[in-house]
Amino acid sequence: MNIVVCIKQVPDSDKVTIDRETNRLNRAGVPSIINPFDENALEMALQLKDKNGGKVTVISMGPPQADEALRTALSLGADEAILVSDRKFGGADTWATSYTLTLALKKIEEPIDLILFGKQAIDGDTAQVGPGVAHFFGVPMVTYAKECELTDEGFRVKQVTDQGYNIWDIEKPAALTVVKEANELRMPNLRKKLAAKKAVIPTWGYDDLNPEDEKIGLAGSPTKVNKVFAPPIKLNKEILTGEPAEMVKELISKLREKKII
Amino acid sequence: MSTKKEIWIYAEQENGKLAGVSLELLSEGQKLAEKSGYTLCALLPSADGKPMHQELFNYGAKKIYNIEDPKLNTYQNDYFAKVVDTLLKSEEPEIVLYGASTIGRSIAPTVAVMGWAGLTADCTELDYDTERNILLQTRPAFGGNIMATIICPDHRPQMATVRSNVFKKEKLGENETGEIINVTVDLSGVKERMKRVETVEEEANMVDLKGADFIVSGGRGIGGPENFDKIEALAGVLGGAVGASRATVDAEWISHHHQVGQTGKTVCPLIYVACGISGAIQHLAGMQSSEMIIAINKDADAPIFDVADFGLVGDLHAIVPELTKQIAALKA
Repeated sequence: MNIVVCIKQVPDSDKVTIDRETNRLNRAGVPSIINPFDENALEMALQLKDKNGGKVTVISMGPPQADEALRTALSLGADEAILVSDRKFGGADTWATSYTLTLALKKIEEPIDLILFGKQAIDGDTAQVGPGVAHFFGVPMVTYAKECELTDEGFRVKQVTDQGYNIWDIEKPAALTVVKEANELRMPNLRKKLAAKKAVIPTWGYDDLNPEDEKIGLAGSPTKVNKVFAPPIKLNKEILTGEPAEMVKELISKLREKKII
Repeated sequence: MSTKKEIWIYAEQENGKLAGVSLELLSEGQKLAEKSGYTLCALLPSADGKPMHQELFNYGAKKIYNIEDPKLNTYQNDYFAKVVDTLLKSEEPEIVLYGASTIGRSIAPTVAVMGWAGLTADCTELDYDTERNILLQTRPAFGGNIMATIICPDHRPQMATVRSNVFKKEKLGENETGEIINVTVDLSGVKERMKRVETVEEEANMVDLKGADFIVSGGRGIGGPENFDKIEALAGVLGGAVGASRATVDAEWISHHHQVGQTGKTVCPLIYVACGISGAIQHLAGMQSSEMIIAINKDADAPIFDVADFGLVGDLHAIVPELTKQIAALKA
C-alpha cells in the first residue's frame, strides 16, 4: 500500500506576535515546526504501514528550508520524501497550493492508495488544501478522520463530527484529513535519524511539474490579503484587587447595577 | 464579471434539520444584503425541503433554491458538491457563505476548487465595501495573533465559511414569505465512492458550550484536574457550562469536548468567566465575542485582562469559591 502524507512546515504560531504600531508580524527567532496536525497524519500513515506493509512518502510544498521538516518525517519512519519548491509557487493561497501539490502527487510513479493531511495548518487554519487536492486528484475524501482501517475495497474511516462521529466506507484511492485525537506521534529512531540526515531529497520545481502559469503562485490565487492588523483590545475595563470576599462583593454589585444578574 | 446580484447562504441540513449556523448566516447575510443591495437567498439541497422553507424565510431568505433528491438526506461530499457546483455555475451568485462545520468545511473547499472561486475560512467579521463592490472577509490567523482582512478581487463567487456562534441569529417574524425556485440536478452520473455506514451522537459531545448563557472556564492556573470541581461548582450555581483552555485539555485534566479556542469551540455566552487562563491568543479567538468577560488571574499582566470587562487579580482558589457562595446566596 502506498501512502502519501502532505506536510507543511509552519512557524510555532503561539510565538508569533504582531507589532501593534506597525502591524507587522514579529517572526524573528520563532522556531519552525511540522504542523502539529500533520504529525497525526504521519503517525496514522506509519501505523497503517506497520499493520499492512507498504510505503510512506512525505511531500511538502514550501521554501527550501521545509527540507528540515521532511528529514524529521524520515527520522520517524517515512520511507521517502519530496520537496515541492520554486520561487514561482510563492504567494499561493489554498487554491493555487491545492493545484500545485496535486501536480506533484500526479508525478509520483507508484499508484497512490491513500493521501493524508492534517485537518488544518496552525498558521493559516483554513483546512482547505486537503479537500482541494482530493478534488483535483480525483479521489473521494473524508475530513476530520480519527481512525482508518484497511478493508477489501478501500478504507473504513471514523470521522469526528460536531455531535459525535460517522463511520464511512470509502473506496481507494482516497484522501483523509486527520484530527489530533487520532494518535500521538512516535519518537524518532536513532538509526533512522542518522539515515535521514544523509537522505537525498529531490526538489520538484516549476520545470518538473509543468504547471499552467495562471494557476500557480499569486496569479493562481483568487484570494488576496487586503490588510493585517492587531486584534482589538477592550478599553472600558475594570480591574479589581484586594481581599477575595471584597472583590467578589464589588463585582456582584456592579453586575447587579448593570442588571446582568 | 456579470454575476447575479445575490448573496447565498448554504442551508446546511441533515435528515431535514437545519443547522443553527445557517440561520446565523442568514441574519448576518441580511446586513450584507442591505448594504450591497443584493438579494439574500438560501441554497437548500435536501431529500425534502418544504418543511424547512418557512424557517429560512423567517430568518431572512427572500429566495430559496430548492434541490430535492433522496440521495441528499444526509451529507455525502460527492453528491452535495455536484449539486452546489452545478448551481453556482448556472446561477452565478456574487457571494456564498457556509457554516464552518464538519460539513461546511468539506463542501466549501471542494466547490471552491471546482469553480476556481475564492474561499476564506473561519471569518469572524464580514463587511461589504460599497466603493469597490467587494466582500471584506476578516479572520484571525497565526492562532489569532493577527487579524487579516481577505478579499477576492477577480474571481466569483466570493465565498467564506463562518463558525457557529460568531454571529447571532435573529428571526424576522413567523410568517415571512419569499420565492421558491425548484431546481433538479441529475445525480445518476455521480459514482458512489463513499458510503456512510453509521452515525452516532455522543453524549460527551453534548457539553452544550455553544448554547450556554454562562460559561466558566479553567486554565492551567487552576493547578490540577481536581480543581475543576471549583469551576463546576460556579458553573452549577450560574446554570452554565464548563469550558477549558487548550493547556488543560493537552494535559488531560478534562476532555477536549470542553475546549474553547481556535482549535476548540467558539462560544459567545452572556458571561464568560475565565479562571486561571492566561489568555493565549488561541483561546481568545474562541471567546472574545462573549457579551461580558470576567477574568480571574493572579498575574495582573496576563493578556486575558486585555479582553476582560472585569478583571479580578488574585488567587482563584479563594475567589472562585467565594463567587460561588455569594451568587448562591443571592439566588437563595
